[in-house]
Amino acid sequence: MAAPQLNVPVLVRTSKILAQLGEELAFVEVGRDIGLLPINSLLMDFEELPRDDAPTIVTTGLAAARRLLDQILDGAGTFTDDSIRFLNEWHACMSSVLAAWERGTALPGIPATWHPSSAGVVTDSLPVTRPAASKTPAPPSVLEEPAIRLNLKEDAELLQEFHGESQELLQHIEQGVLVLEENPADADTINSIFRAFHTLKGGAGLLHLDALRDMAHDLESLLDAARRSELSITSEIINLILAGGDTLKHFTHEIGDQLQGLKPGDPIVVPTRQLRQRVQVTLRGGPLPAPRPTQAQPSLRTAAEHELTTSESTVTQAAAPASASAAPSATSATTQTARSDSSPKTESAAAFVKLDTRKLDSLVDLVGELVIAQSMVVQDPEVQRLSSRHLARTLRQLGRITSELQRTAMSLRMVPMSGTFRKMTRLVRDLAAQQQKQVQLVADGEETELDRNIVEELSDPLVHMIRNSIDHGIESPAARELQGKPALGTIRLSAAHQRGGIVIAIQDDGKGLDRDRILAKARERGLIKPDAILTEEETFALIFAPGFSTAEKVTDVSGRGVGMDVVRRNIEKLRGKIEIRSVAGQGTTFTIVLPLTLAIIDGMLVGVGTDRYIIPTLSVRESFRPRPGMVTTVHERGEVVSVRGRLTPLLRLGQHLGTPYRAVDPTEGIIVVVESGDVARGLLVDELLGKQEIVIKNLGATFQKQDLLAGAAILGDGRVGLILDVDTLVNCPRTNN
Amino acid sequence: MTPEASVLPTTGAKPGRYLTFMLGRESYGLPVLGVREIIRLCPITPVPRMPAYIKGVINLRGKVIPILDLRAKFQLSTESYGDRACIIVVQVGAPPAAVILMGAIVDAVEEVVQLSEAELEPTPDFGGSPNTDYILGMATIHGGVKTLLDLDRVFLKEGLLTLVPSQTPNPQNQTV
Repeated sequence: MAAPQLNVPVLVRTSKILAQLGEELAFVEVGRDIGLLPINSLLMDFEELPRDDAPTIVTTGLAAARRLLDQILDGAGTFTDDSIRFLNEWHACMSSVLAAWERGTALPGIPATWHPSSAGVVTDSLPVTRPAASKTPAPPSVLEEPAIRLNLKEDAELLQEFHGESQELLQHIEQGVLVLEENPADADTINSIFRAFHTLKGGAGLLHLDALRDMAHDLESLLDAARRSELSITSEIINLILAGGDTLKHFTHEIGDQLQGLKPGDPIVVPTRQLRQRVQVTLRGGPLPAPRPTQAQPSLRTAAEHELTTSESTVTQAAAPASASAAPSATSATTQTARSDSSPKTESAAAFVKLDTRKLDSLVDLVGELVIAQSMVVQDPEVQRLSSRHLARTLRQLGRITSELQRTAMSLRMVPMSGTFRKMTRLVRDLAAQQQKQVQLVADGEETELDRNIVEELSDPLVHMIRNSIDHGIESPAARELQGKPALGTIRLSAAHQRGGIVIAIQDDGKGLDRDRILAKARERGLIKPDAILTEEETFALIFAPGFSTAEKVTDVSGRGVGMDVVRRNIEKLRGKIEIRSVAGQGTTFTIVLPLTLAIIDGMLVGVGTDRYIIPTLSVRESFRPRPGMVTTVHERGEVVSVRGRLTPLLRLGQHLGTPYRAVDPTEGIIVVVESGDVARGLLVDELLGKQEIVIKNLGATFQKQDLLAGAAILGDGRVGLILDVDTLVNCPRTNN
Repeated sequence: MTPEASVLPTTGAKPGRYLTFMLGRESYGLPVLGVREIIRLCPITPVPRMPAYIKGVINLRGKVIPILDLRAKFQLSTESYGDRACIIVVQVGAPPAAVILMGAIVDAVEEVVQLSEAELEPTPDFGGSPNTDYILGMATIHGGVKTLLDLDRVFLKEGLLTLVPSQTPNPQNQTV
């Protein structure tokens, strides 16, 4: 049998099929049908390959395997000792045939069992254990990392769907893993993670994302083994699952980037081979003697495993001794988190409808208009003159339906905070381990709902603040014990409806902000004058100043170049506010106040001359009618108003906008003190016209270049009201003259 | 007729249907394809620090759209608008991405006319004095002359899309 000519593509595909067969074979077991159909379809793929130039042994082998599979499929439908053994031997032999063929060396002889007469008849009845399957099936060609090529043109929609779905699934998996950490035997969680991987695999397979599918498949098998109690969940396995989840996340992230056109449609290569090998090694390790304790015992790891561990498990390992005592209570909190949302998730999953967010936005807009139109009808003088009781009743009914509709429409855009909180749980776990601190995250009010746009934008600031808390707030366990605090630090993350908006608080019980160090740093950076005397509030506000950081050591956290100034900017972009409270030695609390939705704000309506303007209520500190003497001019140009002993620059709004106004004498008008960041300015207006909820409208492309106005809104009388951009007003140069 | 100095092709106007309207005593026309609707004059919210020809914004069924004062735009004599004044809402820009709705106040809307090739004439050369860039051409119909306007140029050129507010308050409004 001289070596026939090589057909390289066929060879590569063959070795790929063989590798996949090897994987499937690792999971088959006596009396069950797991793997039967995949093996059958792989064999069919194999059979379809052109093999005109293949050695006879390949054809003979294929025929033998086909006879066996047909026999199983026609018969019991499950594997027997004999069939498993045959398949394993067949696979090993086929692999060596392939290798020999590729290298052009002598081919092995055709085994006796491959001849038609002896198919399936295997006399040796020794029980075959799984390790027999580990023939290291990987032929040389699969050593390269597989690449995924997206078909963006044809599959864009499917990919989009898959992308969204997989993100949800991966988050679900991650949360499940955190539960498993606490309770390794939780069958429901194992099942749900298994299902999540399974769904992922299915989706990836549909889209021919082979590398992704294979990875998911391996992880699914791992969970499957755990599900069938053949494998107990150890911290190694948890780390494997997490690492696998991260790899898959990496894939989906890349897919997302390509979908959005952020990256060219190059093949995606994410290293999976090593991880898959680890998973397979773990799987073939056979049933473990006894469930090991969850906490990683570094000494139990073999050198080989050690070598294979990723950085992540190394991190856990380093932290494990330190957190051994703390872990149970730490994870009990996370378990609660997971439990509380796992039940609603399962029951509502079936009722979800995927929706284009633009449609949603336009629906919400229209409903806003409807509400205004309805109030216009009811308040119309002509209508109010009518005395028909029937009409009054109908109008009331209309009002009820409208407001119900508004509530429902608004709720469509609302998503619970739980997804974001879940991410934070993982973040705390990783960061604490990395810094060898003991930190638990207690989440509260994760069911609180918020506009999805806000939730998305909120994630980064939260990540940053939690990083800060762990980085600078929570002390090392030793330091904490010295101060009589529990070694386990607590970060409390809460969300609640309050003050007509959402209040999110991040509270740690760390060392608190160091006033002296903040002041010293601010002086050093030239942020304040050397002799400036600041209140506590003002001092804390300094950490929001651009370029401020009190971190003594540069970690990958504080060295990122984003500071609290970015956090504040992000929050303000969402029309929110952030406040700090801190007690030395007891901890720091950041409070973020956000509007419920981006589309609707509370506005203060002010009158200037005949015009009306809206000032977002969140930016208004106070408003009052000035008494004589409160307003002083400086150099006959700048004007300041003295508010409770503090001087605030005054801006005559009418003059600034170039529109007629009445209150020439400030005492005839009203001063509205607005603030943006920590800068305040008094605005002199003619009158206050009231407060109202307004639906924010874009002013459109025509007015894009101006920055006086933040938008527009339809007022109760149907006319347009303009929303002032407080940021510009506060920061504009003082050109009053 | 006269050779046109402008970069604009002389006979930009194509035969077709035009909406004609009055500005002062003059008659103008707009290609009917760009006209979305005609609405009654309604309260306009002035936008501060904008050029005088930006009258402000109105609420068009929930959409906030800018309103142009064509008389101010063409520097015609200003007088208050009468009973027949109305707003022509036009759609400018290339669909579907960059479509913008805008309104223009006119003194009166006349009619929709079908203009044939014979009725169209190129814009005469005024030596640059009235800026004719946004004029498609002229039409003589029913014994009168109508100026046909190029929608996109009237509404989009002149940097309407990049309207920058004047840095100093508008002096004409500085009445206290």
